[in-house]
Amino acid sequence: MTAFFQNTIGLPFGWAWFIATIVGILVIALPLMLAVAMIIYADRKIWAAMALRRGPNVVGPLGLLQSFADGLKVFLQETIIPSSANKTLFLIAPIITFTVALIVWAVVPWQAGVVLSNINVGLLYILAASSLGVYGIILAGWSSNSKYPFYSAIRAAAQMVSYEVSIGFVLISVVLWAGTFNLGGIVEGQKGHVFGLLNGFGFNPLLFPMAVVFFISSLAETQRAPFDLTEAESELVAGYQTEYSSMSFALYWLGEYANVLLMCTLNATLFWGGYLPPFDWAPLYWIPGILWLFIKILVFFFVFSWVKATVPRYRYDQLMRLGWKIFLPLSLIFVFLVSGYLMWARVGFSA
Amino acid sequence: MSIAQLVRSYTLWEFIKAHWLTLRYFFKPKATINYPYEKNPISPRFRGEHALRRYANGEERCIACKLCEAVCPALAITIEAEPRDDGSRRTTRYDIDMTKCIYCGLCQEACPVDAIVEGPNFEFSTETREELIYDKDKLLANGDRWERAIAANLAADAPYR
Repeated sequence: MTAFFQNTIGLPFGWAWFIATIVGILVIALPLMLAVAMIIYADRKIWAAMALRRGPNVVGPLGLLQSFADGLKVFLQETIIPSSANKTLFLIAPIITFTVALIVWAVVPWQAGVVLSNINVGLLYILAASSLGVYGIILAGWSSNSKYPFYSAIRAAAQMVSYEVSIGFVLISVVLWAGTFNLGGIVEGQKGHVFGLLNGFGFNPLLFPMAVVFFISSLAETQRAPFDLTEAESELVAGYQTEYSSMSFALYWLGEYANVLLMCTLNATLFWGGYLPPFDWAPLYWIPGILWLFIKILVFFFVFSWVKATVPRYRYDQLMRLGWKIFLPLSLIFVFLVSGYLMWARVGFSA
Repeated sequence: MSIAQLVRSYTLWEFIKAHWLTLRYFFKPKATINYPYEKNPISPRFRGEHALRRYANGEERCIACKLCEAVCPALAITIEAEPRDDGSRRTTRYDIDMTKCIYCGLCQEACPVDAIVEGPNFEFSTETREELIYDKDKLLANGDRWERAIAANLAADAPYR
């Protein structure tokens, strides 16, 4: 696109690059916001259906406009700032969460070669940026100057740190196999991964357990259902967003679901072949890669909602036990197994 | 921990079973009544919005005996009465504060002439408190509006009284 602005319109390179990048950001961020609105609706609908309820069905056909009605309502409300809150941090916190939830999308490959920022260390960038997200939560909990948000912020911080450890090891085993940190490279590395037939590391018996660990960890990382201790409404009112209202609350809401979508995308990209069709069979490639990616994201989102509708909340010590005493050793063992297998298969025991 | 337990917990067997269950529920018909469009059937004894009834000739039934006012546990009813020009005793004021009312139905039980009744209507929400303080005109209008349903309900319930 930079070339288009440079050659067709005749801008100097710097300007052409700048405008092309802005356009690229908008092309990703605006549909993402729309997707988040619809995904909130889908979440409520799926959850309702599994509880034998109907879910939103009044606003618009089948209730499809429900999220927009909610957005409008929230937008028209007053932003209440508690008198004892730290005003600056209180207002910055949701902005941080929301921004961080958006910036990670820069490295997601939508199709072969279609990616906003094709950096070599895409996976590290994702890890770094998603860890930053905890700042928004901690700042919210601290600046609210209220005890439930504070408890919730502490829980969130501990939870995200614990599960990022095992996510890190899971990602290492993927990187070992793919041989690159670039997300596009990882997707290409999954082409015909199993017997030259199936596209996706998840079909590999050595990596499948890692895919499961990664999925469960991503539930914990986004504070979804069984691990939603940070907003456990029976204990903490609404968690770190208790004191928030109107748009600052909406930013948390949007950021949370943007993160959920991102984790679905990462699950699809890292283990299930991203924009590749599930089978390495030529006719399947006629369907554009971005559609395959969307299908996979939606399937994962369905599973996210499905889990939310099914399992009860973990207790906090159970959450920590699962993270540190099960996932961490398990992922370490698999890093060992994967690297051992790769050493044997690619180098052999020459020493 | 036995081997079987170990296998079950590491294959997430219990979780898979639970998810299979919820997936089957996902495709079941919904239990929710689609409220504004569908409504549950209600009993003839349903105690909803109050109404003052009239006789078939248009004469109001209430004789201002004030039994309902006396029995009302929430003190929601206020009645004032005077002899009318033709000498019969009638209310000049009959107010029910619907925000105090607990819908116990004792006024209906106490009424010797079936004048004050609780009808089948439960959709009378308002946007202000003031609208919930019903006066005699409002109650009589309710009676006129719901007379057919109220009479049918009273008839259906009569054998059990």
